[in-house]
Parts: sequence; structure tokens; C-alpha cells
Amino acid sequence: MNWQNATSKAIIHLHVNGETQEVVVRNADTLLSTLREKLGLTGAKRSCENGDCGACTVLINGEPSHSCLSLAVEVVNLPITTIEGLLDSPVRTAFIDKWAIQCGFCTPGFIVNGHALLTNHPNAKEEIVEEWLQSNICRCTGYQEIKDAVNSLIVENDDSINKTHPRLSK
Amino acid sequence: MISFDFMYFQPSSITETIDMYNGVHEQGEKAMYISGGTEFITFARTNKVYADVIIDSKGIPECNVLEMRNDDVVIGAAVSLNKITNSNLFPFLGATVKQIADHTSRNKITIGGNINSELIYKESVLPLLLVDARVKVVKGTDVRVVSLKSLFDRKMKLSPGELLLQIIIDSSYIELPYISLKRTKFSKVGYPVVSVAAILKENQLRVAFSGVCDYPFRSDEIEAILNDSTIPIVDRIDKVLGNLPSSIVDDLQGSREYRSFVLKNVLLDVMEEMEMGE
Ligand SMILES: Cc1cc2nc3c(=O)[nH]c(=O)nc-3n(C[C@H](O)[C@H](O)[C@H](O)COP(=O)(O)OP(=O)(O)OC[C@H]3O[C@@H](n4cnc5c(N)ncnc54)[C@H](O)[C@@H]3O)c2cc1C
Ligand code: FES
Ligand code: FES
Repeated sequence: MNWQNATSKAIIHLHVNGETQEVVVRNADTLLSTLREKLGLTGAKRSCENGDCGACTVLINGEPSHSCLSLAVEVVNLPITTIEGLLDSPVRTAFIDKWAIQCGFCTPGFIVNGHALLTNHPNAKEEIVEEWLQSNICRCTGYQEIKDAVNSLIVENDDSINKTHPRLSK
Repeated sequence: MISFDFMYFQPSSITETIDMYNGVHEQGEKAMYISGGTEFITFARTNKVYADVIIDSKGIPECNVLEMRNDDVVIGAAVSLNKITNSNLFPFLGATVKQIADHTSRNKITIGGNINSELIYKESVLPLLLVDARVKVVKGTDVRVVSLKSLFDRKMKLSPGELLLQIIIDSSYIELPYISLKRTKFSKVGYPVVSVAAILKENQLRVAFSGVCDYPFRSDEIEAILNDSTIPIVDRIDKVLGNLPSSIVDDLQGSREYRSFVLKNVLLDVMEEMEMGE
């Protein structure tokens, strides 16, 4: 690897939503800005850019990840799924059914995270749901409906869950 | 947006990584290692850090190890906090790092990045200081294994170009009783107002703190006070407050008075849970 001939830009291949896309990036570009500004995938939202809000969540290798906290060059060769790749996700439908949307800004991040949660833990207990959903903030504070939407898809749903506010419970 | 440009490499061996760092350094440019890269990205966006070349250690196999090797738990510096918790190899560390940041961030934040963080918290250091963890570091052709304690004084004291490869923990610590308590300002996710980890070895309590002073610490004096069963627990805790290694942090997360109030209560919980009565 000869660093002296390298530059601060790169032509990379990103595997997004099952398709391989060639894109020219600055090494300094985050995955979030690359998705939004280079690939036209604006579902992941830009908000805090600090890992605090979850509005930019995408799946990297199946795991929820803040796309504002990855460089695009870090994730070449890894499968990336954005909200645009989850049109068939039952979580999306559950959000509509349970009225889990107000202004909608946080919704893509919550759906992507909720999709990964239910894929990894179809029988998730309340503790796991809480832990995962705490990664996302809803400024419209629709936490209860969001939790209802996720819980409605949990196999063997238990009525005792879903009683507390995901971000403010101790 | 990160305003400055840099070169980015993800070498696949230790030799390649070190050679690259040295080559960049010899040209008078600034190279920087990253593991998860989250601190680099957030600091770079706000111009708190600069580098000409970023060397990503995620591609080095030694930095991705997470296994039991003979009588040791070996954890690569580039292993994410969630992988450590999910592996259940060392539950005390798993429980402590599970309290850092939020679940999504913990998929990216690594133990090497947390230990070497420029922030004051570095909560994963707490259990590691208590279990006499060792670290494997490399500089040039020199690979050495030393106690974490010898390299950690308020922060990691790695020399320029030195790379943390692995954390090594003696498995005899795995079964010991432990507790890890974190208190934040108002939600479960957040930097600690107070974070305390404790383990009981041979009836002696070992305790480490984050969020109290502006660096994480373990202190012999404080442990001697907490283990002195001739004094009532509340008096021991009062005495601890007078023997902290530096002044209590006073900032927007919590005033000095609030932090000391929370610390007292957390220590009471620790003493009760670990059955450290008179
Ligand atoms: C949303 C969020 C919440 C957070 N909450 C907490 C919290 O509650 N408690 C807490 O303790 N921290 C918290 N942090 C801070 C976080 O743990 C640190 O910023 C940590 O450094 C991030 O790890 P990383 O692997 O991404 O670091 P990186 O950005 O990769 O690196 C961080 C630093 O470590 C150095 N470094 C990395 N790897 C190595 C290596 N192998 N050898 C030598 N040096 C190395 C880098 O040069 C850099 O200086 C939070 C961070 C975020 C984004
Ligand atoms: S924009 Fe990425 S976490 Fe807020
Ligand atoms: S619906 Fe508005 S931020 Fe969540």
C-alpha cells in the first residue's frame, strides 16, 4: 500500500439496497452525506451528526449504524440497507397502522432500527426493545405509538410490556 | 461536513500499519489511527482534530480477536462494544460497556477507541483497571505486553505511533462478584454524572470511577477506606469524598454538589450490593 501516491478522493463501490453503485467521494465524506448527496437516497435524515439522535440510521452488514458516524470509504464491501430498501418491511406498515408518525422526520431511523431489532430478536423482551429504541429520538415525542408499532410485531407478544417511555424510563 | 481532506487506508497487517505511520511521520505529516472512527468523525467535523492520513486499524486481524486463549480472555482493540457484551466472555466488562452510549452507537464504538478516547469518561477502563488487565501494544518492531495500569494515568500514555492491539484479562477474574452502576442526568443514554464499577477479590472491594473527576481512576486510598470495616459505611463514604484524587467535575451535566450527592448514593448502593457492612 503506497500512501505517497494516494489522494484525498476515491472512486468506491457501495453495495446499497442490493445494488452496487460506483461513486466518487472525498475520504472525508460521511456515509450519510454520500447516500443523500451522491446517491439521492434522502431517507436517512441529517440531524445532530453526532450519534445522538438516530435519524440517520441505516443497516451496515445487517446492524443498525449511524450513517453520520461512518466514512463512506470505511464501508466499501459491506452490504448497506437504507429505508428505501425496506419498502416491504412489516415495521413500515405497523408504523402506519399504529399512527406512529407525526412530522415523520425520525421515522426512517426508527423503522430501520425496528426492522433490525425484529430480525435479530423476533421474540424481543421489553428490556431489549427498550435498549434498541433508546438509540432514536422523536422530537414530536411519539414514543408510545412507536413502541406499540414495534411491539405489535413481536412474536408471543406479552401484554405486560410496553408500559414505559423508551427514552425517559430508569 | 468534515472541512479538511485526508488520505485513508485500511491496512491488513501490523507491519503495514506501523510502516505507514512511520512513513507519513517521516514526511512531516500527521497520521492518526482509528478503530471505530466515531470520535475522529465527530471531532473532525468540529475541527477539534486534524490528520493528513487516517490509518484504520479495523483490517488488522489481531485487532479483531475476541476469544478465550488458554487462561486469558483476549479482546482486540477494534472489537465493538456490542460484540464484547454479546460474547459474554467477560460479563463484568460486558455489563459496563453496555452502559456506554446507545445500542446503535455501540455497534461502531470499539474498546480500543473508548480506552484511547480524548473525552474524560472512558468507562470501559473501569473494570479493566480492577482486574489487572494487560495490554498488547506495538511500536516499530517492538511488540510488548504490559499492565494497563502502567500505561494508564488519567489517559492512555501511548507514545506517538504506538498502536493498541489487544486487551488481555486473566480468566480467574470472571467468576468474581461485580457491580457496575452508572447515573446520567436524565435518561439512560448519556455521559455519566457518576459511573462506578466494583469487584470483590479475596473479600477486598476494588472500585473505579468515571464522571467524578475529569479522568477515570482507581485509588488505593479510597479502596482502603471502603474496606475498613471498623468504621460505619456512611462515615467511610464521607471519608471517600474527602480523599478523591482531584476536584469533582462541575459542568452542565451536573454541578459539583450534585455529583457528590449522586456519588454518595451510588457508593451506598455498591456497598449494600457487595455486602460490605460493618
Ligand atoms: C453517541 C455517543 C455517546 C457516547 N457516550 C459515551 C459514554 O456514555 N461513555 C463513554 O465512556 N464514552 C462515550 N462516548 C465516547 C466514545 O466512547 C469515544 O468517543 C470513543 O473514542 C469512540 O470509539 P471509536 O472506536 O469510535 O474511536 P476512534 O474514533 O476510532 O478513536 C478514538 C481515539 O482513540 C485512538 N485510537 C483508536 N484506536 C486505537 C488503537 N488501536 N491504538 C491507539 N489509539 C487508538 C484514536 O487515535 C482516537 O484518538 C460516546 C460517543 C458517542 C458517539
Ligand atoms: S444525524 Fe446521525 S445520529 Fe443524529
Ligand atoms: S415524528 Fe416528528 S420527530 Fe418523530
